[in-house]
Amino acid sequence: MTHRTGRLLTVGALARVEGEGALHVSVRGDRVEAVRLEIYEPPRYFEALLRGRTYAEPPDLTSRICGICPVAYQMSACRAIEDACGIVVDGQLAQLRRLLYCGEWIESHTLHVYLLHAPDFLHLPDALALARTDAALLQRGLRLKKAGNEIVEVLGGRAIHPVNVRLGGFHRLPTRAELDHLATVLRQARTDAEDTLGWVAGFEFPPLTVQHELLALTEPDGYAIDSGTPTGALAGPFPLRDFEHRVREHQVPHSTALHATLDGQAHLTGPLARWNLGSERLPAEIRALAAQAGLGPRCVNPFRSIVVRAAEVLWAVTEAQRIIEQYEPPPAPAVPVPPHAGTGYGATEAPRGLLYHRYDLDEAGFVRRAVIVPPTAQNQTAIEADLLAFVEPRLHLDDAELTRQCERVIRNYDPCISCAAHFLTLTVDRS
Amino acid sequence: MDEYRIVVIGVGNEYRHDDGVAVAVLAELAAEGLATDRLTLCDGEPTRLMELWEGADLAVVVDAVHSHPGEPGRIHQVTVDADHLLADPLADDDAAVGTHGLGLGHAVALAAALAKLPRELLIVAVEGADFSIGEGLSPAVADAVPRAVAEVRRAVDERQADAPGQ
Repeated sequence: MTHRTGRLLTVGALARVEGEGALHVSVRGDRVEAVRLEIYEPPRYFEALLRGRTYAEPPDLTSRICGICPVAYQMSACRAIEDACGIVVDGQLAQLRRLLYCGEWIESHTLHVYLLHAPDFLHLPDALALARTDAALLQRGLRLKKAGNEIVEVLGGRAIHPVNVRLGGFHRLPTRAELDHLATVLRQARTDAEDTLGWVAGFEFPPLTVQHELLALTEPDGYAIDSGTPTGALAGPFPLRDFEHRVREHQVPHSTALHATLDGQAHLTGPLARWNLGSERLPAEIRALAAQAGLGPRCVNPFRSIVVRAAEVLWAVTEAQRIIEQYEPPPAPAVPVPPHAGTGYGATEAPRGLLYHRYDLDEAGFVRRAVIVPPTAQNQTAIEADLLAFVEPRLHLDDAELTRQCERVIRNYDPCISCAAHFLTLTVDRS
Repeated sequence: MDEYRIVVIGVGNEYRHDDGVAVAVLAELAAEGLATDRLTLCDGEPTRLMELWEGADLAVVVDAVHSHPGEPGRIHQVTVDADHLLADPLADDDAAVGTHGLGLGHAVALAAALAKLPRELLIVAVEGADFSIGEGLSPAVADAVPRAVAEVRRAVDERQADAPGQ
């Protein structure tokens, strides 16, 4: 046997990600043997606990999966169940749902950009240091995030785990005065979002190229958020009802969360995927501002995802403004959705990527089976692959610096491990 | 104008046993009809906390705490203002710092750096015993609920009595 010298590096926690998990990097000589993103939080059994519930419950129940993106869960659940019941919610009710979703994007992305991701680029340990360095800058971020919160509060009934969404629409419609208030808030948010885009565009981005398949919803006439056709950069578009045949979940020994592949290959969902597959359908003014920020139609460097998120926030603000400006109250807060036996499919773009739901309903409207494929589960294989590619040319770095850079890579994906886990410890095993 | 604004915020998760003590306290305060400008639950995420207490003359935050060694049900009251901050919450903290991992201490420090602290911040913290998954408070913590309610009510009543123009 060759002589082996083992090095083990442990960091108490990977800071600034949503949730808890662990990362293990095995190095032998100058080769990285394995990268494992370990999620060891006990499974939460949401798909199982939904069985036997009535068909109206999944939007509220699944919104509890995540405190950061509850609207995404509500929207995908509503779409899937309404699909099973043969109902399409359109017109102003669909626009209000889109407005609610814009609020979540603004809130979630801004939180990540300012509080979790930007400190990496500014060589600061955290958002508190950023606040102490430049309070006005963080004030801007919080003001922008608050605009998203306010939209969610007005449309959703409260900022966290909104309760106003129901099958067919909403329990209560917003008043004109509430929307006028949002319009006022959004005028400032528009300025803040443009400034945010200009700010992050000036960061330095280490080189790294996404090598795998990208998956996002696409729409023929716009940027997909609350609906669309699943589309792979290589696989092309495919019907939503084929999702589980194309996107296959599988268990891995080191994680309680499922991994997933698209056509057998690692794939990435989220801002980079959306941008590469849909940015050409953004309004010209957003594309122009993105171009000024150095974002062309293609972006394959995960470190630049912060710029994409900032561009998406800007788009979400303008989209929210458009919806409010064009709003006409619908005749009722919701359309009836009578139960219907069958299977329904729903997918929307959560801030972190494509979120798929499927429900099998019986004649009485009880859920017989539920399938939920969240974006972070889909992204785990790709994150591991990117880390492997990133670490190998940097093995000359000492453990502390290598660890720090690995943490940065993971934050590029804004993983919402909390959907399945709650703590990220990093271990580099060099032998 | 010069209205004295009071907000009462409960932080906690009622599905983690004693972490839900603030939920119980706020339920009683709401049932009693405590007169405040805002009486609300919060998940403790710092930016949300800041938004809830921003501009308040008095913010009372009710929360559960670990203590080692502890005395479940014991109530601590801490008054925080910009001149009397808690110790730097990051100094000895190796816990996760995602938005899920940020605690009340981080919220206070961040708010202080951004000049978003309320004029007076009173923390009413109840020591818990069991933070595992599940509903229901430990007996000692359940016994502490009326006392915590009384502490919050007393603080609110005192400030309202002393407030200018009241």
